[in-house]
Parts: sequence; C-alpha cells; structure tokens
Amino acid sequence: MSQENQLPELGSIGLFRFAWRQLTSMRTALILLMLLGVAAIPGSLIPQRTQNPMAVSAYFKRSPDLATWLDRFSLFDVYGSPWFSAVYILLFISLIGCVLPRTIGHFQAAQALPPPTPKNLDRMEFYSSWAAQGNEIEVARVWLKKNRFRVVEKDGSLSAEKGYSRETGNLFFHLALILILLGISMSSLFGMRGDAILNVGERFVNTPTSYDSLAYGKLFKDGKLANFILKVDNFDAQYNIVTNAPEDYTLNVTLYQGDLTKGIKKVIKVNSPLTIGSTKIYLQANGYSPVVTVRDSEGNVALQGPVPFLPQDGNLRSIGAIKVPDAEPQVGFVGSFVPTYERSNGNGAISAFPQALDPRLLLSAWSGDLGLDSGIPQSVYRIDTSKMKQIGLKSLKPGESFAYAGGSLTFEGYVQWVNLQIVDDSGKSFALLGAIVSILGLLASLFTRRRRIWIRVGTDVEVAGLAKNAAPGLEQELAIFVRVIKGEM
Amino acid sequence: MSRTWAYLSNYLIYSSMAVYTLSFFAHALETAWAVKIPDAKSGKTLDYKRTEKVARIATAMMILGFLLLFAGVIARGVSAGRVPWGNMYEFSITGALAFSGAYLGALRKYDLRWLGLLVSTAVLLTLGTAVAVLYRPSAPLVPALKSTWLVIHVSAAIISGGVFLLANAVAAAYLYLDSMEAKGERTAWAKRLPSLEYLDQLSYRLVAFVFPLWTFAVIAGAIWAESAWGRYWGWDPKETWAFITWVAYAAYLHARVTIGWRGRRAAWLCLFAGSTFLFNYVYVNIWGTGKHTYSGL
Repeated sequence: MSQENQLPELGSIGLFRFAWRQLTSMRTALILLMLLGVAAIPGSLIPQRTQNPMAVSAYFKRSPDLATWLDRFSLFDVYGSPWFSAVYILLFISLIGCVLPRTIGHFQAAQALPPPTPKNLDRMEFYSSWAAQGNEIEVARVWLKKNRFRVVEKDGSLSAEKGYSRETGNLFFHLALILILLGISMSSLFGMRGDAILNVGERFVNTPTSYDSLAYGKLFKDGKLANFILKVDNFDAQYNIVTNAPEDYTLNVTLYQGDLTKGIKKVIKVNSPLTIGSTKIYLQANGYSPVVTVRDSEGNVALQGPVPFLPQDGNLRSIGAIKVPDAEPQVGFVGSFVPTYERSNGNGAISAFPQALDPRLLLSAWSGDLGLDSGIPQSVYRIDTSKMKQIGLKSLKPGESFAYAGGSLTFEGYVQWVNLQIVDDSGKSFALLGAIVSILGLLASLFTRRRRIWIRVGTDVEVAGLAKNAAPGLEQELAIFVRVIKGEM
Repeated sequence: MSRTWAYLSNYLIYSSMAVYTLSFFAHALETAWAVKIPDAKSGKTLDYKRTEKVARIATAMMILGFLLLFAGVIARGVSAGRVPWGNMYEFSITGALAFSGAYLGALRKYDLRWLGLLVSTAVLLTLGTAVAVLYRPSAPLVPALKSTWLVIHVSAAIISGGVFLLANAVAAAYLYLDSMEAKGERTAWAKRLPSLEYLDQLSYRLVAFVFPLWTFAVIAGAIWAESAWGRYWGWDPKETWAFITWVAYAAYLHARVTIGWRGRRAAWLCLFAGSTFLFNYVYVNIWGTGKHTYSGL
C-alpha cells in the first residue's frame, strides 16, 4: 500500500470526527431544534394526506400546478417527508452524541467528592469572616450533613457541594426524549391501524378483508391481528335540543373471542375504547345508511340492504350513492339523506335536526355506464355520471317507492352506521414512560440549585459560597449557615 | 335553573369588566403622575405618595376584578354542569382570568405594578372580544370533550398560557427600555421601572417556572387523544403548534442556560415563543381545521 492510498483514509476519519464534533455541538443542536419547529409549520397550514385526504384532492383540483410542485417537496406528507425526518434524525443523533458522554461524565463526577477549598476564599461570593471559637468545623459538618451536602475535609476546612440532581434530572430528561422517539418508531414498525364502517346489526370479523382501510407497520405480522368477532347491537346518539350538538354516543356491541356461542356484551364510548389484549377499538364517527330495495322491471331484486351515506353537516344531511351494476343497462342513484326534513329557500332539502325525526331520501336516478370496470378507483359515496343520462328525480319517505324506466327502488327505512378504528400500538407504553420521566427530569433540572459552600477555620472563621448558573437563594442559605455556626440558631 | 346561573355568570363578567376598567384608569393615572417631570427651578422632587396610593387602589381593583371574573367563570361552569372549557368564549374568559391571576401571583413576589396598565388593557380586550364576538349560550359538552382529561389538560394549558404571556410582557418591556437606554437616559416614568438585568432574569424565571407545566399539558393532551381519537399524536394543527411552542421555549431555555444568551436576543426569542402560543390560540381555534375544532365527533 502506497502512502498516497493511506492519506485519504486518515483524511476521512478526520472529516468524520470534525463532522461529529460539529453535529454534537450545542449550537448545532439548538439550530436543529429551531429548525424542527419551523419544519413543523407547513404541515399545519397545508392539508395533509394522513389527516384530510379529501382536502388534498380538492387542492389538486383547485390548483393542479401548485399542488404538483408542493407534492414534489412532500408538502402534503410533511411529517413523513425525507426532509422532516432528516431534521429530527440529525437532532436525535446530536442529542445522543451530547447526552451519552455527559451521562458517563456525570456518573464519574457523582462518585467524586467536591474539589478542595480554594486558597483565597475572600474572592468568592458572599464571603464573611469572624474570630474563631474552636468548634466551628464540627458544627458546620453536622449542619452540612444534615442538609445532605457532600462534604470533604482538608487542613481545617470543609468543602461542601449540593444539587447534583440538577444534572441528573437534565440527563434523564434528554434520555427520556430518546425513549419517546423509540416508542414512536416501535409504534410505526410493529403497530397496526385500521378503519371499518359497520351498520347496526352487522358483524365484524377481525381479518384484513373486513377493513375499509388498514395500515401495518413494516414489521407487523399478519397473523398477529387479534382474534375476535364483533357484532354491532345498537347505537344511540343523544342531541341537545337547543344547539343540535351531540351530547352522548353509546355503542353496544357483543364481543366473541374464539367461541361463537359465548358473546360478551360491551359498551364503547368516545372516551372509553374497548380493549382486547393490546388491541383497542375506538368509536370514531357515525351516520345514517338508508335501507333500499332495487328491483328490475320483472320484479327481481337487484340490490337490497343498507347503504352508508356520508354526513355533510352538524345536522347530518348525508350524501351517498346507490350503485346497481347488475342492471342492464347499469343504474345508479345519487342521493342525499336528511334525518329531519325541512325545505329551504334555494338549497332544496336541508336537515333541521341530527336525529331521524322525519327522514327523507332524495334521489336522482342515472342510467348508463357506472365506470366500475375502468380500473380507476371510485368513491363509494359518488358516481361518475359523465357516461350516464338522468332518468328521474324523486323524494321518498320511508316505505315509498320510486318507479323509473327499467325498474323501481323502495326506501325501506334506515339504520345507523358507526366507524370503528382498530389500533394495535405496542410502542405506546414506552412513549408514555418517556413522557413521565421527561417531566420528572425537567422538574429536577429546573428547580434544583447546584451550589458549593466552604468554611475554613484558622484564627478566623471564613465562610463563602458559589452558586452555579447564578441560581438565587444561596445568600439566604449562607446567612442561616453563618448563624448556625455562631450558635445563634 | 341553569339559565339563572348563565345569566348570573354574564352579570359577574360584566361587573368584572367594569372593575377592571377602574383598575385600568387607576393604573393610567399612576403612570401619568409618575411621568410628570417636576419643575427644575422649584427644586421639588417627585412626590410618590400620591402615586403609591393610586397604585394600591389599582391593585385592589385588579384583585376585585379577578374575584368577580373567577365567580363568573365558576357560574358559567355551574350553568352547564361541567368545567367551563367547552368553547372559545369560555376559553377566553378563563384565559383572561389566568393572565390576571399570573400577574397577581407574581405580584406577591415581585413588584410588577408598572405592568398593571398593560395587564388590565389586555384583560379588558380579551373579555370585550369574548363578550362581543365569541359569546355562545351555555350548553353541554360534545362527546369527545367528556373526559376527566378536559380538566387536567385544559387547566394546565391555560395556566401555562397566562404565565407565558406575562413573561412576554416582561420581555417586551425589556426591549422597550433597552432601546430607550440605548438612546440616552430613561424618561422620568421609566426610571421607576426595574433594571434591565432584573427584567431579563424575571422573564427567564417565569418561563423556567412554567415550562414543565406546559410539557405536562402537551403530554396530558396526548394521553387524552389516545383514549378519544385512537392515537396519542397525529399532527393535528393544534398539536403541531403546541409542539412548536414547546420547541421554541426549549430553545429559549437552552439558549440561556447552555449558550448564555442574555438581553435583547433572549427577549426576542421569548417573544417569538410566546407568539407561537397566541397564534395557536387565535388562528388554529378560529380558522384552523382539525380535531380541536369540535365540529363533530
């Protein structure tokens, strides 16, 4: 190996050490911390796919050029974007590089005793001296020990220090932040999260195909889905009759685990999810599903059952689509369901109250190609009517039917649906533990004062102190100390 | 019954506004008298006795206003049969209560009466906006808010907010006095105010005191979100801005303790951090989207 080949190697190690020192410097850490705050801002101003995918697609429709550019910089997925990840990963590397050596250093310092009393005590803060009586050292030692100072004695002087828990707390706080991050990454690696819309009366079998949307962590195993079946027995929503706002939602379910003959009745509410092992089931949203029967011209049933509609406002005016792909030609109904019907000027039908007091189903019937075979994913709540023609309009009360060219539709009634979120989040407890430790560490580090007190007894008694970070209160403490030694207290 | 309590709450809040207005005028008078420069020829020095008397009246009015407002907030809660933290009107009256409470609390330890004019103005503006723009009839909570965590999370957040804003007022006073001193001497009024070092330390102490509480408020919110929404953190706009505020104050504390920032730079950072809190309160509550709007479930 020639000398020339060795040089770059040395150089790269040097470069690495330089980069490491830069990255773990306090200034860099501070800049990264500020950068993390700034990087979080766009996600709160631009709609995000993870929270509001509808708003994102609306953005794409409204201004496609801008949206394409925003998308190139992951601005619709800020918190999962490479640049956001880069900032927090660098911050945490910097944090680890900063905290680990300090932890070792602090551990060693915690074993060590305070440094000996300085020669010229009169140069230190809060210096005082008076003629010695003789027993001062003894009195001082007792007081310092009683107040849990660490004391070292040398040549007729005491050097005492207190407040190590400031640094201990500080380190625990930062280590706890690392623990929180570990918890979060565990959640995203080993967890699962899915949604399912269920009509009252339906059963949910916990297998991947039962979900409307389902996301796994990269290391989640399929077989790990908790083994249960859930039957939705009843859903009750209470509304305030003055403000129309919801007051209470109660969902009654029957839970089957293994044995289908042994169901357990359970109640799910908004703030109290159902827990099955490490899986939790949350009540997230609810709405109405009109129950319809569609028949062809010969009276054969082409479609029957509840169709979930999507709520649009606080009074649960809901929109949806009823698709009959088996009819020839295909038939579709674009509809809106109002639980309490009221006519409004201009807007057609509106809902006056979220409870179903006077339900109405308003339909516009279309005939032609539903476009289901085009391969483009379609919303179940909408119909692409571009290749269809309108064949009728109708407003129905429960029990009424609507006959159109080629068949009929009967509005049988309605059931309520609930949106259940099913989550298995194994990193959660680590994040919580980290959060608790971080607060305790923070309290210790912000409210502990680290200080030293010295006393030397020769012909005179000399007392002085030093407070780190200019923490207040040492002057008062020393005043008490002096009075104790003088025998005044 | 609940309507009686709601009316009582409104009356109490109107009365507290009247009393805060008296406090405002007393503080204004105190400031005005202190600004008056004595005639140099007569050789008289400023007579602070009168000023002191009116300052005491101002503080007494502030305490009375605080008590009335406190009763008003309680009555509001009784009228709805829950803690009074269900909508923006209720957040605002409680926020005004927390801010003047933080001021009165700090007053026990530090002589901050020179800040009274600013505090009474801010409280009056907040209450005025609440009564005129944000008022909603007293009503029960939506299901997502029905939780013990409402009490824990919101009270921690509101108290933190009150102290953060007080620290902001002190930092703003620092910047104002600092630029005044840079141009020359302080004016007669400003001479009564504390030294720059004192203000610098005070805003730091307020932040350091309340930062753990804010951390707790965010964590309590996360625990609540886990039971109500199925995830403890979802980058909802409110959560995001709470996080930004946390990061900004963490940066402020590090800048002071570790790097040794003092004075103007530290004061600006403190103001920036406080403004992220205000932005979260005003913008995200009114114009923002996300789960903290409580429009539905």
